[in-house]
Parts: sequence; structure tokens; C-alpha cells
Amino acid sequence: MGKEPVAVVGIGQTKHVAARRDVSIAGLVREAAQAALADAELTWADIDAVVIGKAPDFFEGVMMPELYLADALGAVGKPMLRVHTAGSVGGSTALVASNLVAGRVHGTVLTLAFEKQSESNAMWGLSLPVPFQQPLLAGAGGFFAPHVRAYMRRTGAPDTVGSLVAYKDRRNALKNPYAHLHEQDITLEKVQASPMLWDPIRYSETCPSSDGACAMILTDRAGAARSPRPPAWMHGGAMRSEPTLFAGKDFVSPQAGKDCAADVYRQAGVTDPRRDIDAVEMYVPFSWYEPMWLENLGFAAEGEGWKLTESGVTELDGDLPVNMSGGVLSTNPIGASGMIRFAEAALQVRGQAGEHQIDGARRALGHAYGGGSQFFSMWLVGAEPPTT
Amino acid sequence: MPSAKPSARPSVMRPVRDIAIVAFGQTDHLRSTDELSEVEMLMPVLHQVLAATGLKTSDIGFTCSGSSDYLAGRAFSFTMALDGVGAWPPISESHVEMDGAWALYEAWTKLLTGEADTALVYSYGKSSPGSVRDVLTRQLDPYYVAPLWPDSVALAALQAQALIDAGDADEPALAGVAARSRQDASANSHAQLRGSVAQGDYVVRPLRTGDCPPIGDGAAAVILAAGERARDLCERPAWIRGIDHRVEAHSLGVRDLTDSPSSRLAAERAGAFERPVDTAELHAPFTSQEVVLRKALKLGADVAVNPSGGALAANPVMAAGLIRLGEAAARIHRGESDRALAHATSGPCLQQNLVAVLEGDS
Repeated sequence: MGKEPVAVVGIGQTKHVAARRDVSIAGLVREAAQAALADAELTWADIDAVVIGKAPDFFEGVMMPELYLADALGAVGKPMLRVHTAGSVGGSTALVASNLVAGRVHGTVLTLAFEKQSESNAMWGLSLPVPFQQPLLAGAGGFFAPHVRAYMRRTGAPDTVGSLVAYKDRRNALKNPYAHLHEQDITLEKVQASPMLWDPIRYSETCPSSDGACAMILTDRAGAARSPRPPAWMHGGAMRSEPTLFAGKDFVSPQAGKDCAADVYRQAGVTDPRRDIDAVEMYVPFSWYEPMWLENLGFAAEGEGWKLTESGVTELDGDLPVNMSGGVLSTNPIGASGMIRFAEAALQVRGQAGEHQIDGARRALGHAYGGGSQFFSMWLVGAEPPTT
Repeated sequence: MPSAKPSARPSVMRPVRDIAIVAFGQTDHLRSTDELSEVEMLMPVLHQVLAATGLKTSDIGFTCSGSSDYLAGRAFSFTMALDGVGAWPPISESHVEMDGAWALYEAWTKLLTGEADTALVYSYGKSSPGSVRDVLTRQLDPYYVAPLWPDSVALAALQAQALIDAGDADEPALAGVAARSRQDASANSHAQLRGSVAQGDYVVRPLRTGDCPPIGDGAAAVILAAGERARDLCERPAWIRGIDHRVEAHSLGVRDLTDSPSSRLAAERAGAFERPVDTAELHAPFTSQEVVLRKALKLGADVAVNPSGGALAANPVMAAGLIRLGEAAARIHRGESDRALAHATSGPCLQQNLVAVLEGDS
């Protein structure tokens, strides 16, 4: 017996900002969940189970916050699962929820991811000293900068590529009412003149710290038939993990990312991702990760990703738009960032992405990664139901 | 408990595939393991279940783990355990920040989709580096309750007192649960507290030392397999006939602490009430919680409850629930049980509960 097809029929997110001082953590997640229910024209009673994700509990200082959030998410009397796979968690959470539908355990599932980074300090939450382990005393940027430098050396990419990505994503964010950073006066010169934080990563090529939540309603074929708006159909989804540190690891283009993409493409019948996929929401917390992931995901040959970026292919009006929403560079509630990628991909194929909608987007990829570039989760969604 | 669908009784959920627990391993649970990292504690257990099935890491279709950063005292603590698993070439893998019983649930759903035929599930927790009573207060509502630091024993004592006030138990009855559990644990070489253990002084009235779980470190691992694969890997697989979990409201003030409606609901949906079980492994860290669960799960006197000694004999936080599933399965593997119920809990005063029904081929 084959899997039950999975459809996205409701999407909700909060306006992402540096600090939502007007709501508690519970208030924040409920806002996104209610927006998703409203989009699907469903009520709490229609939800069979809740799958929630976020990045480390230290970011808010609450251990296993799903317990405290059960009431706010209407989960009382229902199953509630809590996923944590580092930065990829938003994507993994959606995939775990999709398994509940695909495995015919539940008909309609609410999945949600959040981070309320203003409750604490994410940089130091990541930097607790651990005996006998490599210290990570400068948050994520200090960890990833050497890998960006390795990419530049390996490919000969000019220094300017990173700033092009940041300039593009911040302009795209202006079209997305939910995006955190709305830099009305952004120019390429301003990006390039911003201070160097972790060489070669500049301040404006770095993601912000955001408060925010994203929710989706996933349902089966029967649920999709009742959907008031066009559903996004899941054509493929996968997770892959590899060790953090070992001699054979390629930090520039990890094998787990390649394998994860290959699995999703196989499920979705994608043979030429550059041609078969219309839009990509990619996890790019530091600007240089766009060209790096273009290669890792098979959109460009090895060493060629930066050329796509430089030639404008990934712009909103290019032939492979990347991060139409403004991406992680414009909005980063860490635990939610992966789910926002998945949700934005779904919005595109539903034709619901508003001002940052790509005309005629039929198939879109949502991508997330986490840890030391070791956890990957992706899904490919389409406007049509899957045929197999 | 308020239900979202008051009119609809939950029907028994019939899994679309036969999936079984085919191997189980656990550490010896110890008060402290200063000389071992979490990974070092976990590794022998992983090797044990792989050896039992003859599988290698690269043969496993899906891997899922459960643990808590708050016990480890650092973010992303599970990443180091993954290095120990040997995730190379890259593996299909996920993690829940919950007891390993819920990692098993996630793996079970993955197998139901048909995307994998085997799964490795593991979990671990070291309580010894800190004060687990203080750490668990961080699970509470961060604005209104956690700042008061009410600890896990104090909250369990509220539940125990409510039970006594309701006439469902008295202190000698609770002491009886403690004595029986530790007596049963005599036969369990992994248990931390075994044999005749003094009931001791009050920790928080009405709970005495003997009513509370030992604080300790430990790890557990399980292998799941679907259909014929399970029969290839295990002589008598423990088939998961049903598994479900439910959560209740967080605030203790809106719950009837003498009952566990979420356990009952999960059991109903898992099919536990369709036929009697002969064994029940209950994740009841406090004696009073066994009383609550026996009632909610309608367990008669003829059911062997916690023949392993249960969480009163060893309670490695984040692994103790998975161990209940493993212990129940192991009894089926050994032919000592034909139909067993396994239960896991999470949160203060049994807030969240998972129930599985396991059966051997007759």
C-alpha cells in the first residue's frame, strides 16, 4: 500500500521582529497557529495532532517548552511531539508531521516552529563551554566563516558575490510583509561598506536575531478536497545527517546535503533540478551560502554556483529565483527559519505569496540545514497532486 | 479533561504495517558516571542492539533519538551522540527533545510510511552532573511558575496527597508499591536500587525516600523492524499492535491529579482495552503515580506490573520511558509475555503519556 498523499492547506506566520515584547512565548505560537487555521478555514477541533519544533531550549531558557505550550496550541487531549534537529528543525518538524499523515496515523496535523530569541541571547546559548570539545565561543558566524573562505579559495569566486546575495535578499524582503528586516534604503554600496564581522562575512551579510513563529496545516487527500484555497502537494521530503567533525567531512559541500537533495528529487521525479524546479527557498544565514548550496543542491556544477548568483539567475525575475521571501538573511527566528522556508515554498505553488509571488510557480523546493552543516531537511511541493 | 471533539470517542487506530521491537539494550543504571561522557555511556548499548540483530549502522533505514540539552547543560548536545553512531555515509535521522519513547513513536510513523523497514532508536540522560530536581523546574510555565522553582518531588507530593485525600491510597499502600518494585528489581542486573530498600524519611510529605525514584545516569536502545524483516531479525518479535500518546493541560490547577485521562485515551486508541494484557511496564517514577496509572489503565491484580522494578528501581531521565517499551518487548522476546502494555510519561505529574500494546506470535 502506498503512502497517503500529503497536502498543505493552511499557512500562518507572525510578523517577525527583533523583540515581540507584547506577547509571551505562548501568545507568539498561538498567533501563527491561528493564522494557519484561518487560512485553511478550520478550527482547533479539526486538528488531530500537533508537531512542534524549535532550536535549543537554552535560547528561551525553557526546558521542553512543548509541555507549557500544550494549552496554547489546543493540544490538550491530543498527541504532541517535539522535534529538535538544530537549525534544520523547522524543516524536520514539518517532515515528522507529514509522516503522521502519509502513514495514515492522523488525517489533519498542525505543525509549528518558533523562536523567541529576545527572551535570551542565542549567541551565548550556543557558546556554553563543553569539556574536551572544540569551543564555539563566537556563535555560528565564527564557525561558518572559515568554510565560506574555503569555498572562495576553491572556486575562485570574486569577493563581491556575498554582497550581491545580501542585497537581493534584503530587497526581496521589502515585498514580504512578515519579514523582519525592511531596509527601505538598502543599496549594494551599503552592504559592501558594512563592518566585517567574521572575515569574509560582513554585518549586512549576516542574519538577524528574530522573534517569530510559523505554522502549517497538513492533511490527507480527503482534507485537501475540502480546502477552500489551492493546496500545495508534497512530492518529496527527506532528512539526512552526518557527523559534526571527522577527517573526511567536506564543510563546503557536505555529502548529507547532496544525498538529501537526491532523495527528494528521486521521490519527486526531478531529473534536472535547474529546469524542473521553479523557485527555491534555501537556508542562507550568511550570504555566501547561496552559491554554496546552489552547488550542493545540484542547481549548478561544482565551482559554478557563484556564477548563477552573479548573473542574476537567483533574482526575483531570474530563471531560478532563490529566497523570494527575503530568506534567513532577512528573518531568522532560528527554530522557525526552516519551517518558513518550507512554508514559503508552499505559498509559491499555491499562488499565495503576494508581492513576492513567482508567476506560474508549479514546483518549489524548501531547504534547511543545521548543526555544523550536518543536518539537512528538504521538501519539494507542487501545485498538482503527486502522480505516484 | 477537556476534549476537542467531545462527541467522538477515539477509535482504535490500526497501523497500516506490522512493526515490531526486535532488540533492546540498556546500560547498568548508576548514581553517577563521572568517568563517562554521554557518548561513552551510549556506545556499548548501540553495539549491543546492533550485534543482537547482526545489523550495521549502514543497514538501518531510519535513526531517531531522544535526549535533553538541559540535562547535558549545553545546546545541541545530541550532535555528539550522533558522531558516536557513526553517521557515515550520511543517514536518515531525526531527534526529539523528549524521552526516547517518543523517538520510538517517530520511528514507528516513519516505518508506517514504507520509507524504511528498520529503525534504530536510542536515548540517554545523565542526571548526576547537576541537581535534577532543580533542572526539571525549568519545564514549568516560564512566566508564572518556573520563577518559584517548585521541584519535581514537591509537585509529585501534591499529586500523592490528592490521591490520599481521595481515598485512593494511603502511605502504607505507597510503601507497598516501593517494596514490591525493588523486590522485583532483584532479578534485574541493570537496576540501580534492588532488594530490600528502606522506605526512609519524608522528602516532601507524604512522599518518603522510598516513594521517589533514584537519581541516576543511563542509556537505552531499541531496534524496530517491519513485517518479514522483523521475523528475520528476531525469533519472537514484539509486535506493536498499537501506540498512541496524549498530552494534558500544563497547569496543575486545571487537572484532576488523581486521574490520568491522557493515559486512558492513549490506551484506548492503542487498543489496550480490546483484550487483557498479562504484563504492564509503567513509567511511574513515584509510587503514587503507579496507583493513578493502574486505575486509568484498568490494570487488574492479575497483571504483572513492572516486573523489571520500573522507574522506582532505575530512572535515567529521557531513557526511562524507552526502557519500559524495551522491558515489555524483552519479556515477549523471552516468551514470558504474550500481550504487554508499555507506558511512558513526560512533564510534571504525568502531564504527557504514551501507551503501546505489544504482542508476541502465539
